[in-house]
Amino acid sequence: MDLVTPAIGMIFWTVLIFLFLLVLLRAFAWKPILNAVNERNESIAEALNSAEQAKEEMAKLRADNDLVFKEARIERDKILKEARELKEQTIVEAKLQAKNEAESIIKSAKSAIENEKRAAINEIKNQIATLSVDIAEKILSKELADNAEQKALIKDLLDKTKIN
Amino acid sequence: MKRFYLLLTTLFIGFALFASDEHGTEKLDGNQAEEEFNPTAVIMEHIADAHDWHILDKVDKETGEKRGVSIPLPVILFHDGNLDVFMSSKFHHGHSTVKKGNCEYALVHGKIYLTEHGEINYNEEKEITNVKPLDLSITKNVASMMLSAILLLIVFIPMARKYKKGNGIPSGIQGFMEPIILFIKDDIAIPNIGEQQYKRFLPYLITVFFFIWFNNMLGLLPNGANLTGNIAVTMTLAFITMLITNLSGNKNYWKHVFATPGVPIWLAPIMIPVELIGILSKPFALMIRLFANITAGHIIVLSLVSLIFIFKTIWISPVSIAFVLFMDVLELLVALLQAYIFTLLSALFIGLAVQEHH
Repeated sequence: MDLVTPAIGMIFWTVLIFLFLLVLLRAFAWKPILNAVNERNESIAEALNSAEQAKEEMAKLRADNDLVFKEARIERDKILKEARELKEQTIVEAKLQAKNEAESIIKSAKSAIENEKRAAINEIKNQIATLSVDIAEKILSKELADNAEQKALIKDLLDKTKIN
Repeated sequence: MKRFYLLLTTLFIGFALFASDEHGTEKLDGNQAEEEFNPTAVIMEHIADAHDWHILDKVDKETGEKRGVSIPLPVILFHDGNLDVFMSSKFHHGHSTVKKGNCEYALVHGKIYLTEHGEINYNEEKEITNVKPLDLSITKNVASMMLSAILLLIVFIPMARKYKKGNGIPSGIQGFMEPIILFIKDDIAIPNIGEQQYKRFLPYLITVFFFIWFNNMLGLLPNGANLTGNIAVTMTLAFITMLITNLSGNKNYWKHVFATPGVPIWLAPIMIPVELIGILSKPFALMIRLFANITAGHIIVLSLVSLIFIFKTIWISPVSIAFVLFMDVLELLVALLQAYIFTLLSALFIGLAVQEHH
């Protein structure tokens, strides 16, 4: 029966020691420990969060980079295309200009040749007239007295017989 | 950690030196030595509280004297407004009485009585009729409890300090204790009491867990006190749980007790007493469970050891040792399990009293 009869002294000391222990451990052990663990949990959560954020930012940055890269490529293609077109246009224009130039040169050359030819023919005609008159004079000096009449006759004959 | 070991060593050496000074002498008569071994008396003596911390018995080969080697503990008595304090060694293991002023005290079977002119009187049923003074002595159990309190303080307070200066990475004993503390918080307090309210009760739950666990373990040591198998201790702990439960009980809780929802009014005369019994039976179950489990474990271990003396042969000892080893390992589990169960049920009862909705 002693075994199940609580002793007053034991109850007294248990209350005293247990409450003493509770107060001390609560203030100097459990609170600091639980607070520290809480803080640690929070800092871990924070670190995980910021890591996640950094990851997201990285992904965003990469997407941005891709976009910029793509745009640059499009730009490059555009510029290249424009340059090619410009080149072709320039060539065509140059060809056309050259052709025109050549044509005009040829044309002016032809007209110059024509003029020269005509001048030369006139010269020749004059020369021939002079030479003919001289020859005729020499041949017919005796026969033809009137020089002026003779010249008019020969010119008339030469005009009638046009060279070319 | 080194300081901790040093302290423990000093403590034990101190005890040992102190103890060797104290020789209670007990003469073994020739016929007494042949007396039948009484396991019940031995076991009951071992699991009961005592006024000195018995360490071992020595039989002097020359004189045949049986000497009990024990650590004397302070006796604190309160009677008629007188406070008497002396060491238990003055009783010489119950062989002499102690006179203090007008009072003369005697120690009979571990209990202190006030003698009537130096006499102890018995009635017809062989019960002592003498007056018992208010005994607030530091008994073996109280001393063991103080030791466990010191142990708890020197384990947990430096551990808490480590968090302040450390980098937050648990090391040493922190790594072992922190998961247990977090287990009590996350798996006992929060699920049973609720996220909003558990913080108020958590220090109590952690303290009660470690108090019971440490004392269960200390009780398993050779020469350890059967503290958590003492009804006064478990009663006090259960009473504190009951007090916390009922003092923090909210409207819902009291409404449940005095006007259980869904029960007709005319049943109230039956229901109210039933509910009031319920209030008492919950901590009563806590008290009995811890007391019975720990005491039963001690009784089984002691019974197994007693087998050697009952059979009076040393050849039974391998069997005893094997079974005692098995029991002690089991008791290590029980020590933890009972601390867990007490804490869990305390949390459950508190949770029932503070919860908002059913």
